[in-house]
Amino acid sequence: MKKDKSPESIEFTPQKNYEQTRQEIGYVPRKKATKADYERIGFMSGLEVHQQLKTKEKLFCHCPAGIFHNHNDYNAEIIRHMRPTLSELGEYDGTALMEYKTRKEIVYRINNKTACTYEIDDTPPFKVDREALEYALEISLLCKLNIVGEVHITRKQYLDGSIPTGFQRTAILGVEGEIPLKNKKVRLIQLSIEEDSCREISDIRHTRIYKTDRLGMPLIETVTYPEMYTPDELKEAAEYIRFLNRSTGRVRVGSGAGREDVNVSCKGGTRVEIKGVSYNKLIPELSHNEAFRQWALLNVRNKLNDIIKDTSKWKIQHQEIDYRDFDLKYEPIIEGLIDKYRIIAVNLSNFKGILSHFTQPGKIFADEIADRLKVIACLERPNMIHSEELNPKVIEENFSKIKELFNASENDAQIIFWAPDKDIPTALETIEERCKMAFKGVPKETRKSFSDGTTIFERVLPGADRMYPDTDSAPIPLEDKYIEKLSKTVPTDVIDRYNQLKKWNIPEDTYTFIFRNNLYPLIEKIIKDLKLNPVFVGTFIGHRLKFVEGHYESANNFEYDKIYDLLKYLIDKKLEIQLSKKMLPVVYQYPKMDFDSILTSINFKPLPKEEIVSKIPFLKQKFQEIKISNDDQVAKHWIMGELQKTAVGNIAPDQLAKAIEEN
Amino acid sequence: MSEDIFQGYKGKALEILKKYNVRVWGQATIETTRGVFTGTVLPRAENDDDKHIVLKIITGYNIGIDIITIKDMKETGYQKANYKIPEKEFPYTKGMPSVKLFGTGGTIASRLDYRTGAVIPAFSPGELYGAVPELADICNLTTEKIFAVFSENMGPEQYKALAIAIGKEIENGIDGIIIGHGTDTLGHTAAALTFMIQDSPIPIVLVGSQRSSDRPSSDAALNLMHAAYTAGHSDIAEVMVCMFGPTSDEYGFLHRGTRVRKMHSSYRSTFRTIGDVPLATVKRGEVKPIKKDYNPRRKDRKVKILPYFEEKVTIVYYYPNMQPDIIDSLVDNGYKGIVIAGTGLGHVNKPIYDAIERASKKGVHIYMTVQTLWGFVHMFVYDTGRDLMAKGVIPAENMIPEVAYIKLGWALGQTNDPKKVKEIMLTPINDETTSREPYNGYLIYQGGVPEVEEFIKKFRK
Repeated sequence: MKKDKSPESIEFTPQKNYEQTRQEIGYVPRKKATKADYERIGFMSGLEVHQQLKTKEKLFCHCPAGIFHNHNDYNAEIIRHMRPTLSELGEYDGTALMEYKTRKEIVYRINNKTACTYEIDDTPPFKVDREALEYALEISLLCKLNIVGEVHITRKQYLDGSIPTGFQRTAILGVEGEIPLKNKKVRLIQLSIEEDSCREISDIRHTRIYKTDRLGMPLIETVTYPEMYTPDELKEAAEYIRFLNRSTGRVRVGSGAGREDVNVSCKGGTRVEIKGVSYNKLIPELSHNEAFRQWALLNVRNKLNDIIKDTSKWKIQHQEIDYRDFDLKYEPIIEGLIDKYRIIAVNLSNFKGILSHFTQPGKIFADEIADRLKVIACLERPNMIHSEELNPKVIEENFSKIKELFNASENDAQIIFWAPDKDIPTALETIEERCKMAFKGVPKETRKSFSDGTTIFERVLPGADRMYPDTDSAPIPLEDKYIEKLSKTVPTDVIDRYNQLKKWNIPEDTYTFIFRNNLYPLIEKIIKDLKLNPVFVGTFIGHRLKFVEGHYESANNFEYDKIYDLLKYLIDKKLEIQLSKKMLPVVYQYPKMDFDSILTSINFKPLPKEEIVSKIPFLKQKFQEIKISNDDQVAKHWIMGELQKTAVGNIAPDQLAKAIEEN
Repeated sequence: MSEDIFQGYKGKALEILKKYNVRVWGQATIETTRGVFTGTVLPRAENDDDKHIVLKIITGYNIGIDIITIKDMKETGYQKANYKIPEKEFPYTKGMPSVKLFGTGGTIASRLDYRTGAVIPAFSPGELYGAVPELADICNLTTEKIFAVFSENMGPEQYKALAIAIGKEIENGIDGIIIGHGTDTLGHTAAALTFMIQDSPIPIVLVGSQRSSDRPSSDAALNLMHAAYTAGHSDIAEVMVCMFGPTSDEYGFLHRGTRVRKMHSSYRSTFRTIGDVPLATVKRGEVKPIKKDYNPRRKDRKVKILPYFEEKVTIVYYYPNMQPDIIDSLVDNGYKGIVIAGTGLGHVNKPIYDAIERASKKGVHIYMTVQTLWGFVHMFVYDTGRDLMAKGVIPAENMIPEVAYIKLGWALGQTNDPKKVKEIMLTPINDETTSREPYNGYLIYQGGVPEVEEFIKKFRK
């Protein structure tokens, strides 16, 4: 059977093809990637950094901000269906069309504690929250933006249902700013204030459920120019913006309070937006893989254009198949049959070697199709099998039979999917559409990220024509006087703080922790007020506190200001400052406990230095008796060890050492 | 032809634009004390101040520039927006009912001009088809813009013109009528049409929207589809209001035109039948009657058009300490009919008794309704009520105050004879007064009660 095949076809296996295409495009893992690799593929990226503001109320209504509920903690549900509105040119926006095709029923869960009739679009907006506006303006000033003279609330359409109105109310506060990175300056396009969206509970088949607790919370979005040319630079910019936001003390921290949309493209590719990345540490891997995914898709494009003469005429062929004629013992297919799903075979002419073409680590072109089937046709994955599975789900003879069914050529590839009646037309359209996009290269889309650094299709990237003025809100003037007043209260720049930490000789490995938690003002205050050694203060916070946070459970009411109180207590009591290291875990766990009790709990007894020093001669004598060594250093260490318990907090180690030498 | 090249700008802002020779729709670079801004100069809303210039920046957002910060300004290009709603021919399908949509000025379907934010109403069948293509699967639609007024400006002249126009359409054989209408006075118009168009053989459906149709979450499209289905297919040949049942996108209610009232300033489910249950629920493809006694659709074209209205009619909303001069001044100003929305079972205070008596003696027709909205006027229960009746006040049973106002205007448009007016007022044409109030005609449940909360949670109100 194998003898009469050509050498290539004998060699072809999906696994091999995956490896080979990976090499073809010159994929390198991020750890091994160099600047030259990124130059080769023309890596380009920008950021949209979202940051919740720490306000009491939501942006356009008087509901409290920052209270969150469990999925099932709700009082009522509301259903909406989003309709696309025509764009300016009389066309439906791509996203709009996609969302409409999905025929989603959107369910909103409302809890009376956190949502009113505004959130569900049954009441027009109230006046913008002044607290939020003020915080956002402070951050705009820090970003060196040109502050607008009048704030115009704008509607930005979102048809995925994440906002019940179908649009987000948002407004520009400033344009054209900049942030300094270590080796360059990155320009900012704009900063806007906007309302946060709903949190998704589930999205299964044609029903998407959201909760409305987060909806309407004030958020700022800082947008950079696409000027980051390596993943590391991108991460540096993300960190800087995050630290800048936090340096004001006006923003929320914790999971989901800061989220990044990462825009990536490669040379010849297109802007793809990776949505809602919560952890900056994921940014390098995600952007790296996305640039290479695009690079891979360009390779796919070239291959297809080489082999297919007239791509405009290319079409899929499809046929319904009967389960009984095939050997499709695959659980999801069998389960589908129970729900009266129909099984459809699709032939993709000239797609051999494309379905198993490398796209991302562990992912192939077929995944691009399957992901779209999930989102657009609402078919839960696994929703298809194909002729180039890396791990075949059904025996391969099935596909030989399907090839016969279509009278397919050796260069074709095949898909089998299963779906309810109603979803089949959309599914077929989706498969054809995605394949045809491959002839052009990289589709414009937003993608959802995973912690392994890969992404999946989320939706079509919305066009520019989705902004229009909010007729429900009046413009808000920002007078010079007001801006000047705000300018006086903004904190120093993060870059200046960075330089000051360096000047103080505080080790660099503490900086991320310090900026992430906005601890610079505390450090500055301690050094200024308590006149403590900057290196001690920096490492006490950047190392010791970080260690304690990682190893102990904190009570909710621990606040960083407590550290100032602790150090001041030791100084006031004229106790040795090193004692703070021992006390910190207790302070962290029981912030309400008074410092005297903490001292007792760590078995500290205050002793005069003289009393400790007076024991030295006795210990020296004792050492002579046990005589482990003749070395003076050993003797000193042994004595220090013996005295340590009583010495900590009463006498500094260097003083003790000196005392041992002298006595 | 002089064109307004500084659309909406006035005062100092206008001066600045003129000084630097920058027009609306001009691409401008503006140097200010706060930095440089570039974008397209947009028209300014007329009610906004004269201290700012509006720019659309490249990212699509609008911003305002404070004119006192402007140091220099240059027009670098010009591109006027020409905005038109796209039209597609409304397809004709043989065998489908023909429905006529009358536009009164409310924007049942509209589009927002992305550049200016102005609402552009979609109205021609082609425009509507472009916006709500599903309509073509429901009926063959024709449209006529009969006038362009806001809901609050609808009045007797419009009621009469509408009634006459609808009468003609019925004679010409139409299968159903839709009236696109602003929601604020939708109930008033529905009552007026009920009285002016009697024995209609076809459905006459008034419809509006609580969220303008330029929003993806608008109720307009669904309301319009429900209305089109009702007009074209339902068996109920009455004047009805068709609006959201629950606030969710689920189904619509058909309310009888004489018992319906807007009950919330902004909710989608704002229209409620008062003192009774709605006529029916409507979904796409299904009208499910709730009430069994309705006027069914007929093949004949016999309809009575009674376009009468006396404008000198008013409603007086009674409040404690109302002074008699309120009534006196109405009489002095030639009012012929007064509907009082009284307290409780239909009461006003003693000090105005004499004024009422004076008015009545001068031939003013006075009818009593209740400001509680639900329930009947019962003037026999207390002395005060009996005294009032003796002074000429006629109880209007359980007629909604606004409906009583419309009906009194319509009655006085026909006759001035107190006896005849009373007969017209108290003989229901289509349930404006009912002989009985069903137990489920009054349901204002209060939140917080466990059973109510359970209902809300389960059934998506």
